[in-house]
Amino acid sequence: MNAILNFASRILPGLGRDEDVHAFNGGVHPPEHKSESSTQPISVLNLPKTLVLPLRQHVGHLPKLQVKVGDRVLKGQLLAEAEGTVSAAIHAPTSGTITAIDEQIIPHPSGLPDTCITLSSDGLDTWAPLQPIDWQASDKKTLVDSLRRSGIVGLGGATFPSHIKLRSNSQSPIHTLIINAAECEPYITCDDMLMRERADAIVSGIEIVKYLLGAEKCLIGIEDNKPLASKAMRAACSQGQAEVKVVPTLYPSGDARRLIHLLLDLEIPSDKRSTDLGVQVFNVATVLAIHRYFAFGEPSISRIVTITGNVLQPQNFEVLFGTPLNDLIQAAGGAHTNTSHYIMGGPMMGFDLPNSQVPITKASNCIIAARQDLFPAAPPAMPCIRCTRCADACPVNLQPQELYWFAKSDNFEKARDYKLFDCIECGCCSYVCPSTIPLVQYYRYAKSEIIATDKAKEAADLARERNEFRLARIEREKLERAQKHAERAAGGRAEASANTDATVPSTPTASDSNDKQAAIAAAIARAKAQKLAGGSPAPAQTSPTAAADNTDKQALIAAAIERAKAAKLAAAQAGEAPKNTENVSPSVQAEIKQTDALREKVKKSSGENADIGSETSADKG
Amino acid sequence: MNRSPYISDAPSVSTIMFKVLLALVPGIAAYAWVYGAGILVSLTLATSTALLTEAALLKLRQRPIKPYLMDMSAIVTAWLLALSLPALAPWWLVVIGTFFAIVIAKQLYGGLGYNPFNPAMVGYAVLLISFPLIMTKWPAPLALAAQPLSWSEQLNFIFSQSLPAALHVDATSSATPLDYLKTQLLLNKEVASISLAPMFGHFGGQGQEYVTAAYGLGGLYLWQQRIISWHLPTAFLLSLAAISGVFYLVDPGHFATPLFHIMSGASLLCAFFIITDPVSGPTTPKGKLYFAAGVAVLTYIIRVYGGYPDGVAFAVLIMNMCVPLIDSLTQPRVFGHEK
Repeated sequence: MNAILNFASRILPGLGRDEDVHAFNGGVHPPEHKSESSTQPISVLNLPKTLVLPLRQHVGHLPKLQVKVGDRVLKGQLLAEAEGTVSAAIHAPTSGTITAIDEQIIPHPSGLPDTCITLSSDGLDTWAPLQPIDWQASDKKTLVDSLRRSGIVGLGGATFPSHIKLRSNSQSPIHTLIINAAECEPYITCDDMLMRERADAIVSGIEIVKYLLGAEKCLIGIEDNKPLASKAMRAACSQGQAEVKVVPTLYPSGDARRLIHLLLDLEIPSDKRSTDLGVQVFNVATVLAIHRYFAFGEPSISRIVTITGNVLQPQNFEVLFGTPLNDLIQAAGGAHTNTSHYIMGGPMMGFDLPNSQVPITKASNCIIAARQDLFPAAPPAMPCIRCTRCADACPVNLQPQELYWFAKSDNFEKARDYKLFDCIECGCCSYVCPSTIPLVQYYRYAKSEIIATDKAKEAADLARERNEFRLARIEREKLERAQKHAERAAGGRAEASANTDATVPSTPTASDSNDKQAAIAAAIARAKAQKLAGGSPAPAQTSPTAAADNTDKQALIAAAIERAKAAKLAAAQAGEAPKNTENVSPSVQAEIKQTDALREKVKKSSGENADIGSETSADKG
Repeated sequence: MNRSPYISDAPSVSTIMFKVLLALVPGIAAYAWVYGAGILVSLTLATSTALLTEAALLKLRQRPIKPYLMDMSAIVTAWLLALSLPALAPWWLVVIGTFFAIVIAKQLYGGLGYNPFNPAMVGYAVLLISFPLIMTKWPAPLALAAQPLSWSEQLNFIFSQSLPAALHVDATSSATPLDYLKTQLLLNKEVASISLAPMFGHFGGQGQEYVTAAYGLGGLYLWQQRIISWHLPTAFLLSLAAISGVFYLVDPGHFATPLFHIMSGASLLCAFFIITDPVSGPTTPKGKLYFAAGVAVLTYIIRVYGGYPDGVAFAVLIMNMCVPLIDSLTQPRVFGHEK
C-alpha cells in the first residue's frame, strides 16, 4: 500500500496536495533524489571511539566551558553552558574522558579551525542521571529556562537556540505554530524518515511547544513528495493536536517565510519577524528533541543525518554529535572510489566540507558524497543576456539580473535599493541561469561589502562623536578652571590684603585653610604662567587696586580671565617670535633645538591648559 | 568553500540561440517558397559576415573567440537582418548591414549582453537611411511575377544586379503592400479599392502573409519552449490590433484593418523574434507589456504617417532607448514589501 502511494505520488504530482495552500511566486523543482536514502529505516551508528565537539554548533555566543582536559564525563553531562542570551549548551554525547580542548577543523564553509572538545569514549555509554520534567505541572517560565540547559537548537539547519524562540512575548502573543516539515532541498530525507517512524513523539513535542507558546493552532507543512510522512503525521494527530497541510513540491517551500505564505496566505513584512504577526515556526526534528528533553530529560546529543549521493548504501542514521564523518561514511557502506568530496546540506544551499574527518554537528542534516558527474563544475560564466529566468525563479520577487549588475559594478547603494538584503540566497537564480553566472556568490559578496562599509561607518561615527565630546569637555574644563583660578586668586589677594590692612574685612574663604592652600597653588600656577610668557610683566602685578577691591568679585574674575588670556597670548607670541639664534655653537644650537621642541610640546599638549603646560616645561627644563 | 547551488537546470545560451534559429526555419521555408531561394544566399552571406566580423572584433578586443562564436547570437542577428531585407537584396547590402549590426551595434558596445540597441534593427536602420531606394523595392512574389526568375537568375541578380535581357528592374520589383497602400491613399483612393490590387492577399500582402504566418508558428514554438514569455508578443499584437482597430472603426475608407496590419510587413517577425531580444529589451513583466505596446503604437504611426514602408525598426530602436526608464519604473513588488 505504502509503496503504491509512494509510486503514485511520483507519477501524479499533486496527488493528495491540499487545495487551500497559497503558492508563492517563483521557485524551482530540481530532481528530488530522495528515494535513494528513504528506502531503509533510520539506523543507529556504532559508538565512535573519539568524538570532536565544536563549541560553535549554533547561532550566537560561544558557550562557556565547564570541563577541562582529563575530566571523566557521563553521557548527557553538560560540557559547556549557554552564555549570554543567544547561546546553546553542549553535552557529552557518550561517557568517556576529555582528552583535548583545542582548535580543530569544523564543518563550516570557511574551512577554518575553531575550539573543539575531544571526548574519548569509554565504550560504556553510561548516562548521567536524567531528570524528566512534567511540563504540564510546571509554569512556562521555568520550562523555558530549563530548555536553556538542553542544548536544543533549530535542527533544520539554521541552528538558532530554541529556548529563545519559546520565550513569551506579551507584545505579540503567538496564535499559530507552524511545523516546518517541507524538507524542500533535494537529497535530504532525515525529516521525512523521522516523521514516518516517530510521528507520535513529534506530536508530543508539538503539544509541549504549543503549550509554551500559548498557540491555539498548529499546522504541519509537508511537501507532496512525502506521502508516507504526511500519512503518519495525520494518523498521529488524530486528536486534532495539529493539522497536516500538504504543499506542492517546490523549492524553497521550506523557507520559513515561504512556508508561512503557503499555509496562512500571510506575507511577513520584510522588516518584521513572523512572531510580530503571531506565528512561530519550528522544524519537525526540533520539536521531537524538545519532547525528549521533557519526557526523558535527554539533552540534545544526537540527530538524524542523511548520508547519500555516491555512497554504497544511502540512508539515514541517528548520529551522536561529534561523530567523525568517516564513521558515518563507513556505516553507509563506504563511498565509491570516484567520490570527489563531501557536501554538507542539500545541493541548493550546502557547502563543501574541508575533509572527511570533520565531526557531525547540530547543523548536519545531510551529507552528500559528491562525484564529478553528479555535480559537474559549472562551465565558465557567459555574460548576462537579461533573459530574466532568474527573476521568474526568484521566490522573493527580486530582479536578480539587476542585483547582479549592481554587485558586479560595486554599485552597492543601488543593490540595497533593489532589496538585496531580502535575498535568501536560496540559489534558484543560479539554478536557472543559462549563462551559468554564480549569482548567489555575487550577492553574498555585495552583502558582506555593504555590511563591512556600514560597520566602518558606524565606527567612524562613534569616533567622531567621541572626539566632539572630548573637545567639548576640554573646552568646558578650561572654562571651569579659569573661573576657579579667578575665584581662588580673588580669595588669595583678599587674604593678603587682610594681613596688611586690618581695616579690610577678611573674606570667608581667607579663614579656610584648604582654600588657602588652593590659593597658594593658584598663585604658583600664575607665576609659572608668567614665566612661560617670557617674563613679561603680567597685568595682575600692575593692578594692586584690583586686588584691594575685594567687594567686586565679578570684576576680579573677569580680570583674572583677561590675565590668563594675555599670558596665553604672550606665550604664543614667544613661540612664534623671530629668532636670533643663528651663528651659535653646535652645543648651543642643540640646546635651542631642545627648548624649541619643548615649547612645541607645551603648545601641542596644552595650548588650552596653561597649568599642565607650564608644569611640563618646568619638569623637562 | 561555498559554491552552491551545485546543480543547475538551464539551457545554455547556445541552446537558446539555436532554438531561436530553429524557430525561424518555417518562416525561411515560406519565404523561399514565396520569393525564391535567393533568401538562402542572403542568409549564408549574412551568417558568414556576422561570424567573421564577430571573430575579428573579439580578437581585437582580446576576448575568447570560440565560446562567443559558439553562443550563436551573431547568427541570430544575421538571420533576422537578412529576413528583414528585401528579397534578392544585392550582396553588398547584406554585408554592410550585417557589418554594422555586429561591429557597431554589438561588439563596440561590449559584445553579447551589453548592446542597448537591437543589433539587427540597427543594421536595418542604417541600410534604410543609406539606401532607401533599394530598401523599399521588393520583388514581386514568384506567383505574381510575369516572368519568375530562375535560381541562377536570382543568384546573378544578387551578385551583379544583372537581369535577363528582357527584364527591367521595375518589372521585377515594386513597393510592398504597406507602402503601396500608403501611396495610393495619398492619391485619395479608398482602402477597399486599393486592396483589389493583385499584390494583396487574403489578410495581408499576397504571399507575404504566408511568410508572416510561418513566423507566428515559429514564435509559438519559442513560447512553448519557454524561450520567450507571452508578455511581449501578446502585448505587441493586441496593441497593434487595438490602435489600428480604432483608426479603422473611425474611418474604414482610409485605414486598413487590424488583421492587415498584423499580417503585413514585419509584424509577426517583430512580435516573436525582434522585440523578444532579451538584451535590448526590458526585464520586468510589466515593463515588457509597456515596451511591446510602445513598439506597436510607434510601428503603426510610422506605417501610416511616416515616410518609411514599415515602422518596426525605428519603433524598436526608439523603445530600446526607453528600456532603462521602463525597467526602473516597473520594478515588481518584492515579497514582504509594500509597493
